[in-house]
Amino acid sequence: MLAPVTHVTALARIRRRRLLPVPGVVKVRAGQTVAATDVVAEAIAAPEYAVLDVARSLGVLPEKANGYLMRQVGDTLAKGDLVAKRGLGREALSTADGRIAAISNGQVLIEVRSKPLQLQAGMPGTVAEVTADYGVTIEAVGAWVQGVWGNGLINSGNLAVMAEDPNDRFTTDKLDPSQRGTVMLGGYCGDRKTLENSVELQLRGLILGSLATALIPLAKRMPYPVLVLEGFGKLPINAAAFKLLSTNVGRDISVDAEPFDRFTGERPEAVIGLPAGGTPPIPLDLELFRTGQRVRMSKAPRPAAIGVIKSLPAGLQRFPSGLRAAAAEVELEGNEMLMVPLANIEVIG
Amino acid sequence: MTTHDQDPQASEARELERQLTTPRSLLAIDVGSVNTRALLFDAVEGRYRFLAAGVAPTTAGAPMFDASEGVRHALDTLESISGRVLTGAEEQLLIPSTRDGSGADNLASTLSGAPPLKAVAVGLLERVSLESALNLLGTSYVNVVETISLSKRRRIEEQINAIVKQRPDLVLIAGGTDGGANRSVLNLVNALGMAISLLPAAQRPDIIFAGNRELAGRVKGFLEELTAVHVTENLRPALTEENLGPAETLLTDIFRRRHANRILGLNELNTWSGGNLQPTAMSLGRIARFLSLLQAKESPAALAVDVGASSTIVAAAFNGDLRLRTFAGLGVGEGLKTILEQCTLEQITRWLPLEIDPVYVLDYIQNKTLFPATLPAEREDLAIEQALAREAIRLAVGAASGRFPRNARRLHPDLLPLFDPILVSGAVVAQAPELSQSLLLILDALEPTGIQQIILDKNNLAPALGAAAPVNPALVTQLLLDPISFLNLGYVIAPVVDARPGAQVLRIRIRYETGHSNTVDVAMGDLTLIPLPSGRKAKLEIDCFHRADVGAGPGRSLKMSRPIVGGPFGVVVDARGRPLHLPTNATERLETLRRWHHALNR
Repeated sequence: MLAPVTHVTALARIRRRRLLPVPGVVKVRAGQTVAATDVVAEAIAAPEYAVLDVARSLGVLPEKANGYLMRQVGDTLAKGDLVAKRGLGREALSTADGRIAAISNGQVLIEVRSKPLQLQAGMPGTVAEVTADYGVTIEAVGAWVQGVWGNGLINSGNLAVMAEDPNDRFTTDKLDPSQRGTVMLGGYCGDRKTLENSVELQLRGLILGSLATALIPLAKRMPYPVLVLEGFGKLPINAAAFKLLSTNVGRDISVDAEPFDRFTGERPEAVIGLPAGGTPPIPLDLELFRTGQRVRMSKAPRPAAIGVIKSLPAGLQRFPSGLRAAAAEVELEGNEMLMVPLANIEVIG
Repeated sequence: MTTHDQDPQASEARELERQLTTPRSLLAIDVGSVNTRALLFDAVEGRYRFLAAGVAPTTAGAPMFDASEGVRHALDTLESISGRVLTGAEEQLLIPSTRDGSGADNLASTLSGAPPLKAVAVGLLERVSLESALNLLGTSYVNVVETISLSKRRRIEEQINAIVKQRPDLVLIAGGTDGGANRSVLNLVNALGMAISLLPAAQRPDIIFAGNRELAGRVKGFLEELTAVHVTENLRPALTEENLGPAETLLTDIFRRRHANRILGLNELNTWSGGNLQPTAMSLGRIARFLSLLQAKESPAALAVDVGASSTIVAAAFNGDLRLRTFAGLGVGEGLKTILEQCTLEQITRWLPLEIDPVYVLDYIQNKTLFPATLPAEREDLAIEQALAREAIRLAVGAASGRFPRNARRLHPDLLPLFDPILVSGAVVAQAPELSQSLLLILDALEPTGIQQIILDKNNLAPALGAAAPVNPALVTQLLLDPISFLNLGYVIAPVVDARPGAQVLRIRIRYETGHSNTVDVAMGDLTLIPLPSGRKAKLEIDCFHRADVGAGPGRSLKMSRPIVGGPFGVVVDARGRPLHLPTNATERLETLRRWHHALNR
């Protein structure tokens, strides 16, 4: 059976496509080194338009209005600029600063100057490929941890580990002024005050094992990226991610807290760039289940636990709920054996 | 050619006869949002049967972006279960079957596992043409991201900005009755044209014009330089007349083409299915329509409900008149977000027969949206998913019922019309560990009234059969009437009555085929079973008290002329009251829910 993969790996080659939703300008070139927060491409993704009704201003039929126009598509306008004139008294003046985007049926459509959408690299690396007008493919070598939820922001900084163990809680007493400007690893955050107070530390990012569902709206409003590794409710950080992150304290880590999107493949993640010593392989995003694989549980009874597949019994297995499903026998840390539906595990790769 | 050959009815009859005498196997593939399923049907001992299913995770999204990988794995599983070779040396499907019996004669394919199309609905008047446009878009996997109408009184730049921001896949224009106003429609079309001209060529939407036919030529002429314009019959040819059929076909074509171009592997699947890859909802609708015509004299209305991970379908048919609603984004996986938006946590937890911390429920829902393919292995998790399914169905049916015909027969203005049968599918219902869980979930969610047969589509065959109907109607007819393929959970007698708990509301006499009979008194609040072995027939006579109504009118006795057929629960009598009320006290509520579960588990 096909097995989804969550990447938690100390050394991997990572490739990420960063593309604009609409054509724009690519700001970097192939081979260029970029930081996570560098803008690699920008575009006016959602421009605002204003309509100037020339026909009405001039008092003519729409089909006759074009004859009085003094500007054309592409012209830049300032508010009050003359756009069309009829005789001595009738004028049509621009209602906004902008550019003429279209002219139709006696109406002029002005693209009002809007703030461009700036696409950040998301991780430190090298521009491996440029997709003209749309963006780039970035390649990096480093440690890589994927999560399940993010608040949409990107930043990077030195990693500070505040979680003492995978089950630790992220609480106010963990907030230490000496951690100002870091990317912090906390455990489970269930306290609104802690999250609110963390803003004062001007963090560059917060990586949490899990988050209380009630705090999602607040986490979305935080001024720095918030990356949740396991899910919602009190869940431990999976042992593989905790070990990897806690052994990289002080290193520069980038946090790309893109929301998880199954259709586009975007997934929140953190990357610690490491000097490229050779070319490690690009890990697979999908595998087939087999014995010996390291897996992570995504559901009760042991969510976020890491184990190794010991066997893949034929047929369907029955679970406490009464449900029957294809399953794996997984050995968890401490030699505990557990039968788990295949649908509830992900391969750690 | 003889006159006889030219007679289409005769030709159709001959084709049906040929199909019955020369059985043809069918392979059906459904690409769902979580799973891809391959189903095999063939004739065994002179009758068509469902043989086996193979399931694999859907790979239409990340990281594969290629639906064919999931299809291949589902076929591998099906091959190993059925022992039949379905693919050739280069992994191509063996369609039609070969002389050695490998492959299948036809392929039918359905799709629900793609992101919904984004659509803008344009109509003149909100309660007329715009309403019809929304009715049409509601039949398929579509998210209406913007509506534009004159009634909304929005400035032209607001309309343009909305379209440019949303970048829709589809714009449906449904303005104006035939012979009606046209200047207003043209103004809307002008704004639309300007907006579309601003989008990159590769991101421009398809346009369906289903409005005032006198304007069709002008609209097409104005917009077709910018993008593909499809003209079809007016959705609202007159104020009181709605005609969705021709535009529905067009919508399906666009759905098929857009997804086939966007997701690898679908084009191939479409080609193998004779260019007839169907939206799953449309296929289910076809089955509902068929069921409504099957016993049109006795029960002219049928209902099919499917609860998926990311969408819920309600297909209600009234003597062939299909009222289909697809709720893209409402489901028990990714679609849980919609449930949380549209109902309170208390509405969900009220259905839990176990004590579970509401915070755990909320966390569970959030985590399920992240991992929609996961299964509820623990009792608590299963209870939460079944509670969510109840609310998903209630929300969907509640919204869909607004489009049911006003003259549809019903016993209570706030409840469902009389449907017989009611067909329910979707893994969360159909694959519940216990059939009693499936039945209770259906009764709680739909609150049927009168006397209705409940059918459980345990293997999710209905959409496959709907898609196969044009190529093998004989197979479809036989399978739909096969109680093994479609499990008859039994008939439910549910009176509409207002009486005090414990008061006798019904006396039911059941006359078995053997000549024996049995009389059962039913009290208000009872959920009880009357023995009738599966497949056996019996006739019912029902006396009603306290103005109880089972279909003959308040307090009036009913003597059924046609027999009913027993299911695993015999005959189910649901006298819990309509609308169903749950105690507000938590302890009482838990006791009540447990009593209901126990009642069906005897």
